[in-house]
Amino acid sequence: MGYPHPSHPKETVVLSKYFGDAAARTHQGWVERGGYEGLKKALGMTPEAIIEELKASGLRGRGGAGFPTGLKWSFMPKGDGKPHYLCCNADESEPGTFKDREIMRWTPHALIEGCAVACHAIGAETCYIYIRGEFTDPWAVMSTAVAEAYAAGTIGANAMGSGTRIDIVLFRGAGAYICGEETALMNSLEGKRGNPRIKPPFPAAAGLFGMPTTINNVETLAAVPHILNRGAAWYKALCLGNPKSTGTKLFSVCGHVMKPGNFEITMGFPMKDLIYDLAGGMRPGRTLKAVIPGGSSVPIMNRQEAEAALCDYEGIVEKGSMLGSAGFIVMDDSADIVYEVYRLAKFYAHESCAQCTQCREGTAWTTKILERILKGQGKPEDLALLLELSEQMTGKTICVLSDSCAAPIVSGIQKFRSEFDAYLRRAKAPVLAGA
Amino acid sequence: MSGGAGTGHGAEGEHQPVFVGGARDKLEALFPRFPTRQACLLPALWIVQEERGWISPGAMAEVASLLGLTPAYVRGVVTFYTMYHTHPVGRHFIQVCTTSPCHLCGSDDVVKALLKETGCGELGATSPDGRFTVIEVECLGACGFATPILVDNDFIESTSPERVPGILAGYR
Amino acid sequence: MSAELVNVTIDGVTVSVPKGTTIIEAAKQAGVLVPHYCYHPSLPSPAVCRMCLVEVEKAPKLMPACVTTVAEGQVVKVMSQPARKARESVLEFLLINHPLDCPICDQAGECELQDFVFQEGRAGTRYSDYAKRFNPVEDFGPDVLYVPNRCILCTRCVRFMEDVADTPVLNVSERGDRAYIGIDPGQALDHPWSGNVVDLCPVGSLISKDFLHKARAWDLDKTASICPGCTQGCNIMIDTRDDVVVRLRPRANLDVNRHFICDTGRADYRWMNRGDRIEVPLVRDGSRLSPTDWDTAVPRLAALITGVTGRVVLLASGRASLESLGWVRRLLDGKDVTAAIKVPQGPEAPLPGVPNLALRKDRVPNLDGARLAGYTAAWKDAMARVEGAALVMLLDADLDDAEAARLASAEMVVGLSSVDDDRLKGAAMLLPVSTMAEENGTYVNRDQRVQRFIEAKGAPGMARPGWWIAAQAWAENNPGQGAPMTAAEAFARLGSAIPALNGLTYGDLGLTGRVLDSAPAPAGARQGAAR
Repeated sequence: MGYPHPSHPKETVVLSKYFGDAAARTHQGWVERGGYEGLKKALGMTPEAIIEELKASGLRGRGGAGFPTGLKWSFMPKGDGKPHYLCCNADESEPGTFKDREIMRWTPHALIEGCAVACHAIGAETCYIYIRGEFTDPWAVMSTAVAEAYAAGTIGANAMGSGTRIDIVLFRGAGAYICGEETALMNSLEGKRGNPRIKPPFPAAAGLFGMPTTINNVETLAAVPHILNRGAAWYKALCLGNPKSTGTKLFSVCGHVMKPGNFEITMGFPMKDLIYDLAGGMRPGRTLKAVIPGGSSVPIMNRQEAEAALCDYEGIVEKGSMLGSAGFIVMDDSADIVYEVYRLAKFYAHESCAQCTQCREGTAWTTKILERILKGQGKPEDLALLLELSEQMTGKTICVLSDSCAAPIVSGIQKFRSEFDAYLRRAKAPVLAGA
Repeated sequence: MSGGAGTGHGAEGEHQPVFVGGARDKLEALFPRFPTRQACLLPALWIVQEERGWISPGAMAEVASLLGLTPAYVRGVVTFYTMYHTHPVGRHFIQVCTTSPCHLCGSDDVVKALLKETGCGELGATSPDGRFTVIEVECLGACGFATPILVDNDFIESTSPERVPGILAGYR
Repeated sequence: MSAELVNVTIDGVTVSVPKGTTIIEAAKQAGVLVPHYCYHPSLPSPAVCRMCLVEVEKAPKLMPACVTTVAEGQVVKVMSQPARKARESVLEFLLINHPLDCPICDQAGECELQDFVFQEGRAGTRYSDYAKRFNPVEDFGPDVLYVPNRCILCTRCVRFMEDVADTPVLNVSERGDRAYIGIDPGQALDHPWSGNVVDLCPVGSLISKDFLHKARAWDLDKTASICPGCTQGCNIMIDTRDDVVVRLRPRANLDVNRHFICDTGRADYRWMNRGDRIEVPLVRDGSRLSPTDWDTAVPRLAALITGVTGRVVLLASGRASLESLGWVRRLLDGKDVTAAIKVPQGPEAPLPGVPNLALRKDRVPNLDGARLAGYTAAWKDAMARVEGAALVMLLDADLDDAEAARLASAEMVVGLSSVDDDRLKGAAMLLPVSTMAEENGTYVNRDQRVQRFIEAKGAPGMARPGWWIAAQAWAENNPGQGAPMTAAEAFARLGSAIPALNGLTYGDLGLTGRVLDSAPAPAGARQGAAR
């Protein structure tokens, strides 16, 4: 398993410092590199103090929702006497996103350290790390690292000699994108079908096994020890654009670029530079056509929007899309937008849990319409139908998988209308690969 | 760790218990880590699949009784998750990602090469010699290393049509 | 629920409801039905069907009414354009795979999908040129068939078996639009309360084999009644077609059976359709029983009763109404009477999710009513006294052959019988009575709840309720008193002999019944007034 590239000078290397450094994976190697200093410091602080530091840093959830982490931790009840739980969401299944796997397989102890700090801050004695079933390498690496951390007394009944109990349990998923949704993750952990739950109740009130629970993404937790070590002010200062988006983030860039991979950049970084500079730009003779920045569950950006956008939560919203998990799917002029929209709809149809009517039937129906358009059998009213179905699939369901299916469809039709029209006019030859 | 699959299984005859010996120890080691038995369901199903290559109705009933659940409940959970097999599969189970990021990077050609080299002919089928089953799956979370495939538990990145014969040779 | 009240306006109507009430329940009080499928007042709410999305002022999205609780001053719109559009689209989504089975589907006419599509759906589908999902019909066991194509995945059946019956034998299998309701292959849906899933299913996906293709919903007459199967006293509807009972269904009573009945009670209606009935009064004329009319039979009965000295044994059916039991007993006032009903026994089968609800061991509906009226369950003791008794009076008693043979050892037998029973042909009189399905009456259940049942089909020929026959004869023997002419009057006048009923009328009972305030004391003791 190789790592694609050494760090680019424009990257701000914090989380990815040891990507590619095999020695950093061991407990000893991690300690030698300054690891577990953050945990040691945290264990000497009060939970309130840790939460304040997190709030001051401006760290926002890196799984896709961007919810302020310190604020989320502060929702946990104090002194309620119930067991608290931390869940680490390592179910990374959002198309275009492949950063958490790198964190786990190169710096597993970074994640362990972050989880341990979070446990202390929210009063949890047990952290479950939910790793998707297909991540066999990260599983193996994390298993070894957790065992090492127990053996070294870093976690366990008496974490680092502090008297605090911190247990970390790895849990293997079994193939369901929807289990990346925090409430579905909890149901799956409890031994149920991975159905999202209605909210309220919110996890901090009644989550895993009905107890107060916080769920955080791998990258979010990995950032926590750095914030404690170097201070909230340092983290906050790492921002180029909007002060509400601080710190660094791993941007996964894939698709039609010369150098796909993960790039750690400061929030507010120009998207143009990310694509053309860090990711090596287009293949020879190709021009940029479209970018889906958030993983696939966000509106497609066209070339103009992509080249003008700043990479942070607000900057991308300004250009009509969302940062999400920052899994960039880059398409050049050779890409068939209609096919890719179809293929994404097919993805969502496959992953729908089946609870809500609009999602269960709508993801499948829109896939069928798009499939027929691709076969050259589309009808003129199909586009209006797709837009109307998409509207009824948005904001009406328990979770946002349905909305996620609708976003590429709506933005695809709105911004790449000519490609759809070409299929409707049967001007293009049917391109249904793999069928 | 490559999992053996489908050796000598057809439709299940009388179900031989899975959770004896080492498998039983593994299951019991799970109990203290969760506050409920039910939470051990997904890990228990993984143990079954590692031992037998697939999860039969008899195995579902066995898991159900060990965890205080009904077989119908266990079946509802098993059929929700894509990675659990409810039928025997080829000795080596190959999953290839064809979601948009990988499609953009040529997953179609990888699929064709795999189907040809394994002799499966079409996605979802098992090869005539029973060695391989190839299915397409959704995003495997390695989009920057297109096209990733899983052969049993081996995650192989950056598969190209040219690399396919060499990869498969390791599983003959 | 808290006693604190919250004011909420729903489609222009303001109501005050307890804090914690959901919008869907508050809407009922405002006279607004929020269309829904997966919600059910006796099941936990998963909010998955998305039909009940309503517009709530100041909320950014439509809210599911089944799980959103009311807030002070909230303004809710159920019939606004965004809410109706959302419902229209849910219906469209449900119909893309739902087959156009109405012509062959039992649910037609009582189908919630039909109802809401007629009310708010699109006139035509836009799902054209695509195949619908197809799965073959499955036999879930004893009485239930599952038609997966019609299933809208509301999951009421799964939740009923899991949360109310505490037996998770149904599941949702697969994911996405491939999902269907599954049952473990080795198992059948034979839980004693499992038939309720057929009623819960809003569409014709779970259907009863017993009712399959028997009748169209709009051909049915539906009458409120009480299940005559055991002392629980579940409220039911008797569905008849052309005066034949074709189905029993639960009737909602939140204090007795909520929305459920057990499979035993549900299946036990065929006896209501028996054709072998006595249709005219029969009186002894020498060696044979001759048909006659009531004008002749009533005075004859009255005289016969007057002439009895010595021991009387009164054997009654456990299904006899309180009115019939009371008036037949009253007819025999002043005699040495041993009165008993036969109480068959069967295993108890509770429904764990509903407090105090079970198929009871005592398989008669009116044991407590019988006791109030002066009968006991000591059937064997009563039978022992038959030999040499001056009169054995039968009120539709269910006799086995040995017991019927014993009647010959009594001096005289008068039978009030629904069924034409050859074994009773030695009686002095054999008078036709209606069954509980053919008359108005009341039962008292094991919790002392007096509940009305209503005449669901016609009685054959000249058959009359037991209380009518007895009261007519009693009036002959008590001139100037007059006989009650209606069941209501018969009930109201029971109070003079049964203090617990004193002052109660049918109006007090309504259709959900009323609990008497204390357990029945031995017959004759002074009892408190009814609550």
